[in-house]
Formats: sequence, structure tokens, C-alpha cells
Amino acid sequence: MYQLIDPILVAVLLLNFAALGASQLRTVIHAIALQGVLLGVLVVVAHNEFTIWAVLMACAAITLKGIFIPRLLFHAIREVSIRREVEPIIGFIASLLLGGLGTALAVLFSNTLPIAQEHVGSLIVPAALSTTLTGFLILTTRVKAITQVVGYLVLENGIFIFGMLLVEAMPFLVEIGVLLDLFVAIFVMGIIINRISREFSTVSTRNLSSLKE
Amino acid sequence: MLISQIIVHVVLLLVMPPLLLGVIGKTKALFGGRVGPPLFQAFFDLIKLFQKGSVISSTTTWVFRAGPVVGLATAILAGLFIPFGGHASPVSFSGDLILFAYLFALGRFFTASAALDTGSAFEGMGAAREVTFSCLAEPALFFGFLVLAKLSGSLSLTAMLDGPMPNSWGAAGASLVLVAASLFIVLLVENSRIPFDDPNTHLELTMIHEVMVLDHSGPALGMILYGAAMKLFVMCALLLRIVAPFDSGNIWVDWGIFAVGMLALAMVIGVVESIMARFKLTFVPTFLVAACLLSAFGIILLLR
Amino acid sequence: MTQLLVITAIVLHAISGVPGLLFKRSADAGQKLSVALSTFGTVVGITGSIASLWFSTPKTSIIAIDGLSVIFLLPIFLISTLGSIYGLSYWKQADHPDNGQKLRLFYGLVTAALAAVTIAANAIVFLVAWEIMALSAYFLITTEDKDTAVRESGWVYLIATHLATLCLFGLFALLHSATGSFQLSPLTAGAVAPGVFTAMFLLALIGFGLKAGLMPLHMWLPGAHAMAPSHVSALMSGVLIKIGIYGFLRLCSLLPEPPLWWGGVILAVGVTSGVLGVVFALGQHDLKRLLAYHSIENIGIITIGIGLAMVGRTLERTDFVLLGMAGALLHVWNHGLFKSLLFLSAGAVIHATHTREIDQLGGLAKSMPRTALYFAVGAAAICGLPPLNGFVSEFLIYLGLFHSLNSGSGMTWTAAAFAIPALAMIGALAVTCFVKAFGAVFLGVARSEHARHAHEAKSMMTGPMLALVGFCLAIGLTPLLVAPVLEHGIRAWEPAAFDSGQKLTMLAPLGWLTIAGAALIVLITLGSFVLARRLRRCGVNPGVTWDCGYAAPASTMQYTSSSFAQMIVALFSWVLRPRVETPAEQPVFANAAHFHSHVSDIVLDGVLRPSFRFGAKITSSFRFLQAGNIHAYLFYIVLFLICLLLWR
Repeated sequence: MYQLIDPILVAVLLLNFAALGASQLRTVIHAIALQGVLLGVLVVVAHNEFTIWAVLMACAAITLKGIFIPRLLFHAIREVSIRREVEPIIGFIASLLLGGLGTALAVLFSNTLPIAQEHVGSLIVPAALSTTLTGFLILTTRVKAITQVVGYLVLENGIFIFGMLLVEAMPFLVEIGVLLDLFVAIFVMGIIINRISREFSTVSTRNLSSLKE
Repeated sequence: MLISQIIVHVVLLLVMPPLLLGVIGKTKALFGGRVGPPLFQAFFDLIKLFQKGSVISSTTTWVFRAGPVVGLATAILAGLFIPFGGHASPVSFSGDLILFAYLFALGRFFTASAALDTGSAFEGMGAAREVTFSCLAEPALFFGFLVLAKLSGSLSLTAMLDGPMPNSWGAAGASLVLVAASLFIVLLVENSRIPFDDPNTHLELTMIHEVMVLDHSGPALGMILYGAAMKLFVMCALLLRIVAPFDSGNIWVDWGIFAVGMLALAMVIGVVESIMARFKLTFVPTFLVAACLLSAFGIILLLR
Repeated sequence: MTQLLVITAIVLHAISGVPGLLFKRSADAGQKLSVALSTFGTVVGITGSIASLWFSTPKTSIIAIDGLSVIFLLPIFLISTLGSIYGLSYWKQADHPDNGQKLRLFYGLVTAALAAVTIAANAIVFLVAWEIMALSAYFLITTEDKDTAVRESGWVYLIATHLATLCLFGLFALLHSATGSFQLSPLTAGAVAPGVFTAMFLLALIGFGLKAGLMPLHMWLPGAHAMAPSHVSALMSGVLIKIGIYGFLRLCSLLPEPPLWWGGVILAVGVTSGVLGVVFALGQHDLKRLLAYHSIENIGIITIGIGLAMVGRTLERTDFVLLGMAGALLHVWNHGLFKSLLFLSAGAVIHATHTREIDQLGGLAKSMPRTALYFAVGAAAICGLPPLNGFVSEFLIYLGLFHSLNSGSGMTWTAAAFAIPALAMIGALAVTCFVKAFGAVFLGVARSEHARHAHEAKSMMTGPMLALVGFCLAIGLTPLLVAPVLEHGIRAWEPAAFDSGQKLTMLAPLGWLTIAGAALIVLITLGSFVLARRLRRCGVNPGVTWDCGYAAPASTMQYTSSSFAQMIVALFSWVLRPRVETPAEQPVFANAAHFHSHVSDIVLDGVLRPSFRFGAKITSSFRFLQAGNIHAYLFYIVLFLICLLLWR
């Protein structure tokens, strides 16, 4: 089971690139949903055995990250009738290149970190770092409020991957707490999106700068 | 390396390429619910073209005629460096992969110049697109070569693809998946397939490769078609050996495996062409950069 | 003996312009005498340099000829003389009575000074020769000194070259402090603090990099190359900027135990120069500026080879040193050959059409078939396409970079992974750029009256080009022949490179390149034969170009060079910063509209000029101090004295 971790993480990293390079909101959300499902699978794989808790945890992650939140986002697109294209501040090619650079740096940097013996050579740390970076990149370079939510999700996924390092040490309560945290955050953001759209009749975060006074 | 093996290699290289076009066409027809042209249609086209007279624009010079010839010659020569299936290629030396890539560049130089020789706006446009996209495809190809060279510790295509390929999958599967994906994108772009280019569209404005050859007719057009098919064949052979490195032990069975594999790959291309819509032209560079990143990531995985 | 031959050659070149001064300004005899002297000098010089490879002569304290000198001497003599012959017809003294003699004089002097730099064994001799070279080149660039743009380019060159000389002063001062003499001999590791070596390395990189035109230091190069007469551009691009490479190589060979990061820095600079050089070339509309930016690109490729060789020296990997240096040195030759070929053919075009604007040309392949063919060969060679010489040197560098894959050190690993795709991209971009240049200048239909009335160049001009084409083909097809000379050059640079018994011919399958090149030529010939036969058999109807049904295609409908490069320029707009003036929105019945795009140099026009303007603005606010009133000046002196008194 354990040797499945790296292929799954490679797929997670590729989905990061997909989220960075895709021009359609739907594609981006699909990529994030798939990433969520893969992370759920990762929980089981990382525990290395089918305990009831691991399976429950995986189910929770898959339902929340893979099904529930994406549906929420799709719902938001329909309800608030957002245009279906991502509006990047920097171009798609530039975002892809930055993402690639971030991944390369993450790999190089993770080689210098003092990590537990059994994780040396595994992709967990580089994948976590680069997913977090990708999340930040999406947060900082996309205009729409809904892509902000996506960026936050990716960021959170990165932190989730970090959690795989502590799979023995971390009690399930904490993991579930993290998931709950995510849920609340998305919920709040959903409300904010609705607010933005009602106030400004668009959902571009650019308009928020008029509140700076 | 037996003489018989060389002969089989050369015969396959010269005869099989048009068949791939037929398989792709048939697959697309199947998806469209049509009967489609016969499998050997490309052969019939070639034979017919070589017997037709041609119209040559009075603005052109020798460059216009050099384009098809150089394009075909470079594709044939490049085909001699690629191992087909598990068989060594007829010619191989350390560093032949560089010559392989640069031969295609030579072909591109002359086909694009030939397009500019007509003085047509459309052909200039096609030539510009062709050479521009190759600027991004070339690094992706070389990133892929880097991975293969690192895995095999050798610098000739035969040694890179032949012996160690089956074992490499166990050692560095993730890297090879990435390289294969990247090479597949490069293959589709360089050979002007959907979703990056559509040779069958009726609008010259949107084409890449086909619009370059608008003015060629008769035998010259035949040479271009044949050269393009051969380029497709050669690049498919490179990809096939990476994704399906099967050896049976018997050399003649291996030839069979290779031929069947090539046809299957052509079907995959046909399926991709059938189920995907064409991307906006401005997105082609994005995909090529993504292809570069994929294989670059493949090296990073090996580097760790 | 061999030294005497080379010195004779240098003297002959130096005085080659002098006889012309004795004749009338527009007389033909002077220039013919000058060409004769220069040709004789070249024959003597090449004989002497090749002989010195086998008959070693004792080094004196002033001059020393080793393998590295010979590598650089050969193209200096060869290209200078070919350019000199070309000048007979291109810059006839009868046509240019006011600057023809000046051009001949300084052309000979610059050649002699270049050769003298390469054989100097002493820093003082080196600097004297260097300065003669730099100043003569200034007078060559400003040949047409009546033109403001020419004077301005010359001015930028003069500043840049003196900045370089300043760095060299610092460099040789450090050398003197380390060894106690001005002799250019290897230093020992413990002689001075390692920081001094690092300072010397950086000074050399900046000083020689300025001369060679490495990317951030290239500001003088495009203007100077574009403004000089074409055979001078050929000489400058072909050999003069290589002297920067020579100086850098010579100095690096003196410094002991280079740390790994030196190689890394050189590689990074090389990659930057290579990629950005060709990208800037793509944005140009001026044929000679385009070629000038390609010089920056090719210097970048040479630098990548040197970087690899430096890494090899640090890691004691002889295969890196051999392949990297062989590639770099061969590319020095190759670039000299194909770039002078391109500049000479560009000169023929300019001579025939009186314009350098690519978008004014077109269709010249019909009126100038020989020039078009030679330009095509040069273009294919500079793109590194087989079977020409550019491919061989790039092949060696690629091979060396691939070799670094199985070195243990992580640093070289990333360097290689970084440089190989970059080199591939440089190659593909160069193809794009030269398809654009060749296509827009020679193919299609003439775009202006200038181009319509073009005529083929005289044989005095096409002859030297043909000779260069011959050299390009010869090196491309039989690289084995040049391998021994290259090995002599490498041995002079790093004697330890041959300790392990490896040889260049063992590492690089040069024989196979001959076979592949021959096979390619056979296949192309066969294909042309088949096509010609089929065309004859099936009949050819002449027609007009198919423009999607439009029956009267015009020259203005052709794709221009700017549109051809537009996609790449847009992809790289983050560094090119093109200025685009798009036409305003039009009413239903549109009026005539203008579209204009321009790519200016990022360092000169983007950084240096604005910062100098800013500096001028700040300092000009102090101008009120200079009142022109003697009392005020005396008052300043008093004020200054009082300040001094108070300070103590």
C-alpha cells in the first residue's frame, strides 16, 4: 500500500498544474474535486491498513472535498451567474511557469529539511509545499471571488498532505477538526460571495478595493 | 545487427506511415457513424498525386521545390535512428538523439521557407505558427530525452529505448508517465492533429500545418503528405517504445508486436481526435509549456 | 621562426592601409595594394600559426603562441582578408572618397591589433594591443561620421569599451599584486587570498564580457554592428567580439582551482545571453541589427561551452573539459565563418537596395540568386542545422551537457538539466528568426521600389562569400579534420585534460556526423531528382499564388517579418517590452490606418538611458551654482576653505 503514495502525489501535483493552466472555471473545479478524492484515498493508503477510523476519515474527506464543496461551487456559478472563464491577473503561461518553478524549489528545499527517516525520499513534503504554493498563487493571481475559494481549497489540501507525515501521531479528532474548519471557511466564503454579488452585482474582488477608505 | 533486420526496418519505415493515416481516418469515421475512406486511402492519394501535373506560382524560386524534398529526406533519415520496438535501429551512435531532433528542425526550416516563397499571407501565417510552436515543443522533447538518458545512462536512441526500457518502468514509473504524456502532446502538436490543429477545417485562417502547403500541388504535395506521415510514424515509434516496452524474445514476433502497437497508437490518436474539440489557437503555447513542465517535473523526480 | 612569420603577418596587416594614403583619395591603386598586402599577410600568418602547432618555439617575455592563440589567429587572418577583398567592390574608394582611405587604414590596424592581443605574453603588451584594437574599431564604426546615428552608436561603443579597459586595468593590477610581475603565467593556489581570485574572475567576466557582448553587457553591440560598413560588421561580429572570449579563456586558464560556482555563473550567463539574444533578434526590423543580436546569442552558446569546461575543471572531469571546450572553440570558428557570411550577404543586399529595413525588401532570390543561396547556407548554419558547421559545435556542447547527467554532483546535474532544453529552445528560436529573415528578404515578392530594382552583387563580393560557404560545408561534413587543432587549443587551456588518456575523437562520434551528413545530401539529391523527373513527366503550369480565391495577390498582402515574429514577441513581451501603436477605431468606411511596433534594447534604452537622464536631471538642478561670475567662484573657494577649517 505504502508504495502507492508517490504515484497519488504525482497525480495531485499534476492537478495543481491543471488548476493553474485551465481557463474554464468548471475545469478548475473538477481538478480540485479530483484532488480532494485523491487526498481521501491517500488517507487510507498512508495508514497502511483498513481501520474503521481511517475509512471513515477518507469518506469524510472525499464527501467534503470531492463532492460537497465542488457542488457548492457549481451551485454558486449557476446561482450568481458568473462568467465561466477564469480571469487571471498574470497570464496562464506565466502562472504555469511560476507553478513549475515553485514545484522545483519545493523539491530542492525539502531535501534540506530535517524529516523523519521513513519520509526521506518520499514525495510528501515536496507535494505539500508545492500544493500550498499553488494555493497561494491562485489566491494572489486570480480576480474572481470564486477562484479565491478554489485557491483557499488548494492551500488547505497542501496542509492536509503535510498531515500525512504525522499519520501515527495525529489523533483523528484533530483531522476531523481540520475538515470542519475547512467546511466553516467555505461556508463563510459562500456567504461573502453572495454579499459581493448583491452589493456590486459582480463577483470580482477588484471591487473590494473601493472599500479601502 | 542482421541485414534482414535492417531491411525490415527500412521497409516498415517506407511503407507503413500512410497506413497510420488510414487507421486514424477509419477510427474517426467509426466515431462519427460513417463508413469512412478505405484503410489504404492515403496510398491511393499518394499514387494519384505523383501522377498529376502541378501548378507552380510564378513568384516562387528553387526554395519552393526544396521544401517538400528536404522535409521528406530529413524524415526518412530521422527514421533510421529510431529503434522500432525492441530492435536496434540501423544507425546509432552516441548523441544521435541530437541529430534526430535537428533533422526535423532542418525540415522545418525549408518547409516554412517554401511557404514564404509563395508570397501569400495565409502561407506566411501558417509558417509563423509552425516555427513558433516548435520553439516550445523542442525544449519539451529535450527534457524528455534528458529523462531517458538519465535512466539508461546512454546517449543513443537505440541504447536509451532498447534494453533498459522495461526495467525503467519499475524504477521510475512516475517519470516515464510524465515523459510519455509530454511526448504525446508534442506528437499531436508537431503532427498537426486535433485538439491543436485541424487539417480538415475549411478556414485557412485557423490552420497551422496545412495552410503552409496550400500552393503545393501534384508530386510536391505528394512528397509533403508522405513526409508528414513519416514524421508521425517516427514520433509514434518513439512514444510507443516508452509506453509499451514489451519484448517477447523472438525477433519476428517482436516486429508483429511493434506493428500492432503502432496501429493501436494510431487508433488512440483517432479516438483523441474524435472526442476532443479543437483548442483555441492561443492556448496551444499554454499546452506546450505544460508539456515542458511535465517532462521537467519528470527529471526533478529523478533528481531527488 | 614561426613567431617571426606571425609577426611579419601582423606588420603586413598593420601597414596595409598606409600605401593608400599616398595615392589620390579616389584612386583605385591604393586599395588594391592594401588588399595585396593583407592577402600576403594572411598567407604568411596562417602558415606561421599552423606551423607553430607542430614546431614549438620558446616563449619570450613579450609574445607566446600556443594552441589557444592559434585557434583565434586563424579566423582573424582569414576573415579579415576576405572582408578586405569584399571591400574592393562594396566600399570602392572611388565611391567613398572622404572615408575610403580611413576605412582601409583602421581595418588593417584592427586586424593587426587583434592578432597581437592573441599572442601577447605580457599584460602590458596585451593592454597596448587591446587599446589599439578598441580605438581602431571606434574609427571603423564611425566610418560614416556625417550621420548622427552613426556618431551616437560610436559614442556608446567608446564608453563601453573603455569601461572594459578599466576592468582590465583592475584585473592586471590584481595579477601584479599576486605574482609580482605582469607576465601572463599560471598562478599558484596559495599565492593570495581566494577573494582576490574571485575578484579577478569577476573583473574578467565583466571586462571581457563587455567586449564579447554577453547579455546584460551588450549595449554597444547592436548599434555598432548595424552602423558600420558590412565588411566591418563581419569582422567585428566574426572575430572582434571573440577577442573577449579569448581574453576570458586566457585568464581562466591562469586562475587555479576554480570553485564550482564560477562554472555555474558562466553557464547561467551563457543561457541568458543565448535565449534573450535570439528573442531580441526576433523583434528587429533592421537586417543588420537582427544579425547583431544573433551574435549575442552565439556568444551565449560559446559561453555555455566554457561554463561546462569550467565545471569540468573543478570536478576534474576531463570529458566535460574536452567536449565543452571543443564545442566552444569550434563555435568560435563557426560563428566567425557563418556570421561573416551573413553580414557579407546582408551587405550585398544593402548595396543593391540601399535599405536595411527587412519589411522594405522581398523577392531578392530572383534578382540576386547567388547571394540568396549563400545567405540560406549561412542561415542554416547559424541555426545549427545539419550538415553544416554550426551543428557540429552545438553537437559537442550538447554531448558535454548530457555527459554531466552521470556526474555525482547535484549542482552540475541541475545545470545540465537547465542548459540542454535552453539550448534546444535557442536552436528553435534561431530557426524561427532566420526563416523570418530569409523569407522576408529573399522570398516572395518585392515590397518596395528599392527591392524591385536590385541586382546581383559583383564577383568581388560573392567570391569571399563562396569561400565562407565552402568552409562552412567543409567543417560540417568533415569535423574529424579539425579535431587535432581543437585538441591543441584545449591542451593550452587545461593541460590536465588529456591526463586520463581520453581524446576528443573517442568522446564524440565525429566520423558518424560525416556519414550522416553525406547520407542527408544523398537523400536530398535523390529527392530533388525524383521531383524534377515527376514534374517534367507530368507537366507544370505556371500560375499565381493561391490566396484563397483572390485572383490578384499584391506584394502588400504578404506576411511581413513583423507579423511573422508577432507570436513570439507576444510570448516574450515580459522582457522585450514592444512598443505597439495600433490604429484607432475606424468608422464604417475605414480610412487609411497605420500600425507600428518596435522593440528597443532593454539594457540601453530601458535601463541605461533613463538612468542617465535621471542623473542628468538631478545634477542639472545644481547648475545655478555655475553662475559664470568670477566672484561667485572665489566665494565657493572661500566657503570650501572655511569648511575645511571647521572640519579639523
